[in-house]
Amino acid sequence: MRRRVGLGAIQQQKLAAEKYKDKGTDLQESQLEQMTKQMEVFRVKLEEFAMKHKEDIRKNSQFRKQFQEMCAAIGVDPLATGKGFWSVLGMGDFYYELGVQVVEACLAANHKTGGLMELDELRRRLIAARGQSAVHQEITNEDILMAAKKLSIFGNGFVVHKLGKGKYIVQSIPGELSMEETNILTAASNTEQGFVTQKQLMRDLGWTEYRSKQSLDKVLGEGLCWIDMQANDEPSYWFPSLFPGRTAQNSTG
Amino acid sequence: MNRFAYVEARLHENETFVSRDRNVKIYDGDQKTEFEEGEIVLTTHRLFWGRPGEIARAAITLCLPLSYVISLSEETASSNFFGRKTRIIMHLRPPLPDKAPGPLESSRATHIKLSGKNGMSVEFHSALRETINARIWEISLVSETIINGANTGTTSPMSDSNDRLARIQKRTGIGGIERSIEAKARETDENIALAFQDLSVLMAMAKDMVGLSKTISNKIREQKGEISDDETVRFKSYLLSLGIDDPVTRDNFSSNTAYFNSLAQQICEMLLDPIEEHGGMMSLADVYCRVNRARGLELLSPEDLLHACEQLNGPIRLRSFPSGARVLQLESHDDALIAVDTLEKVQAAESLAVEELAKQLGISLLLAKERLLVAERLGKVCRDESVEGLRFYANLLLQRAMD
Repeated sequence: MRRRVGLGAIQQQKLAAEKYKDKGTDLQESQLEQMTKQMEVFRVKLEEFAMKHKEDIRKNSQFRKQFQEMCAAIGVDPLATGKGFWSVLGMGDFYYELGVQVVEACLAANHKTGGLMELDELRRRLIAARGQSAVHQEITNEDILMAAKKLSIFGNGFVVHKLGKGKYIVQSIPGELSMEETNILTAASNTEQGFVTQKQLMRDLGWTEYRSKQSLDKVLGEGLCWIDMQANDEPSYWFPSLFPGRTAQNSTG
Repeated sequence: MNRFAYVEARLHENETFVSRDRNVKIYDGDQKTEFEEGEIVLTTHRLFWGRPGEIARAAITLCLPLSYVISLSEETASSNFFGRKTRIIMHLRPPLPDKAPGPLESSRATHIKLSGKNGMSVEFHSALRETINARIWEISLVSETIINGANTGTTSPMSDSNDRLARIQKRTGIGGIERSIEAKARETDENIALAFQDLSVLMAMAKDMVGLSKTISNKIREQKGEISDDETVRFKSYLLSLGIDDPVTRDNFSSNTAYFNSLAQQICEMLLDPIEEHGGMMSLADVYCRVNRARGLELLSPEDLLHACEQLNGPIRLRSFPSGARVLQLESHDDALIAVDTLEKVQAAESLAVEELAKQLGISLLLAKERLLVAERLGKVCRDESVEGLRFYANLLLQRAMD
């Protein structure tokens, strides 16, 4: 083999190394593309089978488990009952299945919403996460309301509030388990003075306007804080238990 | 049908006769073929079909290696005017490139059917099923390749060097890598298409497909971080992966009580860890979603779930709040225990307001208030209501008396 010496050789080697690297990324990308395509095929097929062969899959316990494993790996919803004759009467599996999906969509978003979501937003999320077939896609707000109604036997842990004409908000966390107020308290105690404002919550906690307003109203309603409307730009909410000097007073008293 | 090859009907070494049937015709997919009224012989390795007498003479007959068979299924058709007959359906892998010539060089069908005037005999059917499950041909295939490997030195130098050339071409350089990746991807595509053509085929190939689906999602996760941009899909995938092997179903129980009891037990086993992670409480809607995802296709109605939860009496209990919300909670959240625990917290801080306890324990205000009220009801703490709000102190009256 020819020996390579000198600057030219080094540069050439460098160039070659770079080319190899480029080729490597190319290969990896095309492989990813392949995999994504295969996953898509898998998704479509699994959805189709879940819809067509539900009963047969259920009958064979070993295969049922394997089917579930595949659904889990690819992220396919095994529940795919269409809106049949019975659902007109509010019966059958359709609304029960939708109920599972509704709760799931809410739970998945809770870290962002704090348990409150508008119905339209919920529908959008459901459609995105359900399958691609028409059975999966055609769900109306009324369907979601009906599914939520089926969950009402669980007490009011999962409720739909009517806001106005055709506007609903879905509350998926009962007050007992909601951490909203506690989070406000923590935010307030992190300030020197012991008060918060709506803008501050939106900035520090990344909350939406609706979410922060709703929670502040709740804290106020519970009688846990006092509102000060005299501030320049927006009202501030003060917590007596966090008044400066309070702890010092306690220890001396 | 294009998997068949013309072969002399002689047994190989290690190969033994298993079963035979007469008056058999072969379908290519759903199409009838000219191969009718023949004799079929099953060996441990292959399936032969010949015109009557041909197999006995060891003439050239049609032969299908059993290694092509993925799975078997059957169908019934009406026979003449009375009765029904059974046809055997054999689902097959794609033909190997080096297959010897056969009666049909190309076919779109991926299955063949065996049928006869009166259908296939039950004996032959069960023999075929057992033979295919036994997979005896796999054992000898391995030993054959070993022998072939040892013999390469003695084969003609021409074909040997050709072989080597082909191998070198296959393996070396970036082109080789690309080629092998491409070939592998094509194979995977074919496998997926094959597996999902029919439920019985998918069942037979389920193990491979489960592995494949996991490999694909792992690879994608490695490179993209997540299998999907959609939060809900990711959460779904997570919940489904916590599946239970044998969901309790109503069909297996004669009485409702027994059914709900076993259901309650299964729910308890399944939720113990998640509830603990959630700080000891979980709302029933949350439970409904999780339980049903773990059950996969065995959907449980909200009514049944509620009934089962009412039966719970182990480490998890159903609990209703005055607000109407219902949750499952750990037994350790029992009132008496909570009261003692709350008293300790109050004593440590001298006095506590609801919001202080909530912050300390990282729970909601309503729960914190409830804990303090429980402790008050049981005489552990007492309240001080003032303009500054509601505060709780240790109940010294009862505490002293007990000392």
